[in-house]
Amino acid sequence: MHRSETTLTVNGKPHTLHLDHRRVLLDLLREDLGLTGAKKGCDHGQCGACTALVDGRRVNTCLLLAVTLDGREVTTVEGLTDGGETPHPLQRAFLDRDAFQCGYCTPGQICSAVGALAEAAAGHPSHVTDPAAPSGRPVPLDAAEIRERLSGNLCRCGAYPHIVEAVEDVS
Amino acid sequence: MTGTALGAAAERREGHLKVTGGARYAAEHPLPGRAHAWPVPATVARGRVTAVDTTAALDLPGVLTVLTHENAPRLTEPGDPTLAVLQDPGVPHRGWFVALVVARTLEEARAAAGAVRVEYAVEDHDVTLTADHPEAYEPETANAGHPARREYGDPDGAVDSAPVRVDVSYRVPPLHNHPMEPHTSTAHWEGDRLVVHTSSQGGNAVRATLAALFELPEDRITVDTRHVGGGFGSKGTPRPDVVLAAMAARETGRPVTVALPRRQLAAVVGHRAPTLHRLRLGAGPDGRLTGLTHDIVTHSSRIKEFVEQAAVPARVMYATPSSRTLHRVVRLDVPSPSWMRAPGESPGMYALESAMDELATALGMDPVQLRLRNEPDREPDSGKPFSSRNLAACLREGARRFGWDRRDPRPGARTEGPLLVGTGVAAATYPVLVQPSTAEARALPDGTFTVRINATDIGTGARTVLAQVAADTLGVPLERVRTEIGDSELPSASLAGGSSGTASWGWAVHDACTRLGGLLGGLTGRLPAEGVTARADTDGRANAESPYARHAFGAHFAEVTVDTVTGEVRVRRMLGVFAAGRVLNARTARSQFIGGMVMGLGMALTEGSTMDAAFGDFTESDLASYHVPAHADVPAVEAHWIDEDDAHLNPMGSKGIGEIGNVGSAAAVGNAVHHATGVRYRELPLTPDKVLAGLTSARGG
Repeated sequence: MHRSETTLTVNGKPHTLHLDHRRVLLDLLREDLGLTGAKKGCDHGQCGACTALVDGRRVNTCLLLAVTLDGREVTTVEGLTDGGETPHPLQRAFLDRDAFQCGYCTPGQICSAVGALAEAAAGHPSHVTDPAAPSGRPVPLDAAEIRERLSGNLCRCGAYPHIVEAVEDVS
Repeated sequence: MTGTALGAAAERREGHLKVTGGARYAAEHPLPGRAHAWPVPATVARGRVTAVDTTAALDLPGVLTVLTHENAPRLTEPGDPTLAVLQDPGVPHRGWFVALVVARTLEEARAAAGAVRVEYAVEDHDVTLTADHPEAYEPETANAGHPARREYGDPDGAVDSAPVRVDVSYRVPPLHNHPMEPHTSTAHWEGDRLVVHTSSQGGNAVRATLAALFELPEDRITVDTRHVGGGFGSKGTPRPDVVLAAMAARETGRPVTVALPRRQLAAVVGHRAPTLHRLRLGAGPDGRLTGLTHDIVTHSSRIKEFVEQAAVPARVMYATPSSRTLHRVVRLDVPSPSWMRAPGESPGMYALESAMDELATALGMDPVQLRLRNEPDREPDSGKPFSSRNLAACLREGARRFGWDRRDPRPGARTEGPLLVGTGVAAATYPVLVQPSTAEARALPDGTFTVRINATDIGTGARTVLAQVAADTLGVPLERVRTEIGDSELPSASLAGGSSGTASWGWAVHDACTRLGGLLGGLTGRLPAEGVTARADTDGRANAESPYARHAFGAHFAEVTVDTVTGEVRVRRMLGVFAAGRVLNARTARSQFIGGMVMGLGMALTEGSTMDAAFGDFTESDLASYHVPAHADVPAVEAHWIDEDDAHLNPMGSKGIGEIGNVGSAAAVGNAVHHATGVRYRELPLTPDKVLAGLTSARGG
């Protein structure tokens, strides 16, 4: 078994860990740091429940070997609250819209939405963006854009219509 | 009950925890020295294990033990044969667990599971269900105790001589529940006490099962189910994970988590069995049914008889002077099926409501009108009066909201470029189920109240709605009521299943609060520090036989587009109207109705599993191959309801709402596809390959 020392920042705090090379970021968060907001739904990048942000971009944490993340900054659902109890506007919108039931996909949906909002603001087009839209300009997020951009996050409770409303509230 | 809390759109009480990542599910309880386990599934479909070589696995770093049928603790024979894990060398189906590796870390456990060498004596297997399978038999009962056969009049003769006939077959494939949280348990022993955190729809059933298996008194077992990541039936009773975790914790002396890998779920947690339907409807020119037969064939495993009760809803829905509803089952070398959201009603109403649509077409009658024409005065099969039945109101209200009167009834009449556009309707029904439960209500000196009951919140919002029941019963503001649920140390309660949770738990909470109110009325002065407590047990009342037929009803409307180039069907809008007694929380109820409809959309268009005839396993065993709907599949979905005032249900006047949204929604989508294309597809799901082939042959190509 191979191990390496890796330092990464999670929710603003640096952590140095002696990592099994097989350890993925998801298991590092859940098992080593106790940040169980990132959920394991499939362990294969199929469901999105494990979504968090690495250097501000959304990732499936189950598909990233943690040892490759030396020096990177990770933000999880726990890190979205404003240093304490005040929820992030997306978290508040999910509560207002009842955008979840069992709650297991919810942290991934919220982190994915944070990433998607940033991507749209940075002008990244999606499959449903009008090809004639000016390149590089922020993409307005209507319901179709939100549905397309969040399709990597499955919800078996079927909360999709309310999730889309919640993201629309914030976009 | 006259307060203002019930019916209000109160926000989920655990919502903040869930959106901030603070809600702890079964794998998320940090315990010192906790180990992880990884099961080893059988790679043959039928036979027995002849040897297990664990040497290489045990040599790997971090491995604590490998349990097999040779060394695992002996269990008392379980009532549910799927829980007899590692007890004998038999392999009843592919994917059956033949070993369990326990190691310090997940990576170590997984690697070692791959190093376990298992040899088998292999026998020929049969996993293929056919309508004329020679081993099909008529069981005594189908699931939930329904008689396998009910018959009155001369249905075959009536259909044969009817002026208008429909004689059709439908196929619903195996379906998987796939809750987002895989089945997971963490177990640890504190001396002679067993503590488990488990992902289950009912902690009391878990405790009773573990007590029997491990020969422990129930009061030495604690089961925590505070947060559960969905179930949809597949966590209704304990599954192998909790048994394996308790075993492994006992053998290693450590806390152990068994979190089943997603790919292993299909074989060990139950599935909706495939159903092959034959429906024959006879009607007069006025659309009134003269005869109906609904015969289904389904499969079950070698070790367990589970019969999807898909012909049962035809006993409830429409007036007919003659009827036969019949279930037959074939025992195959397949994984054991079990409950999946609306077992029976979901596939049965797909078939019945599709056939009603076909009958409407044959009659040249509007499908809403056809259903109204066949409204019964009493429950057709039992002859009991309905406690309330507002299917007609749901159909009318849905038609009005959907704009049904603007529909051109001709199939294939509406096009938008390469798209064909169509709309469809289907009815829904789900029985009112309720089970005995116990609850405790306490008044505290600070003016607050605590309600304690071992209810389980699998996403329904149980904490919230039970607080609403308590607040209105006590006549106090909602914010003064706390609820404690999801812990077997609390007063015992029934499981979250059969859409019975809120009715069953709410009844017990109502009764405890009523008694507490009585106690408080007789007191003067300040309450004692420990407060005043009242308890209630609804046994004998909640489970009393009712002279009424009690069911919720609903109507689904769907609009779809069918791409004539690709064969892709997309749902543009879905609208459901439900009559489910009194709706107790407008916010969480709406979410449940919509969620059921979305699952029905998946059943119609994307979800289907296949038994591989050669290997004997489910080909679609993960979320990359088994397609649950994603955001982009799901359009605007509207759910509405008609308030019912039904005095024959429970003190709240509620019917269950967790499943009815799923019933009939697939038929509405399928009927819309027929309206769009003029082609009748009778095998789910309506994937582009099938749709395109149908369009091509309809064009004569």
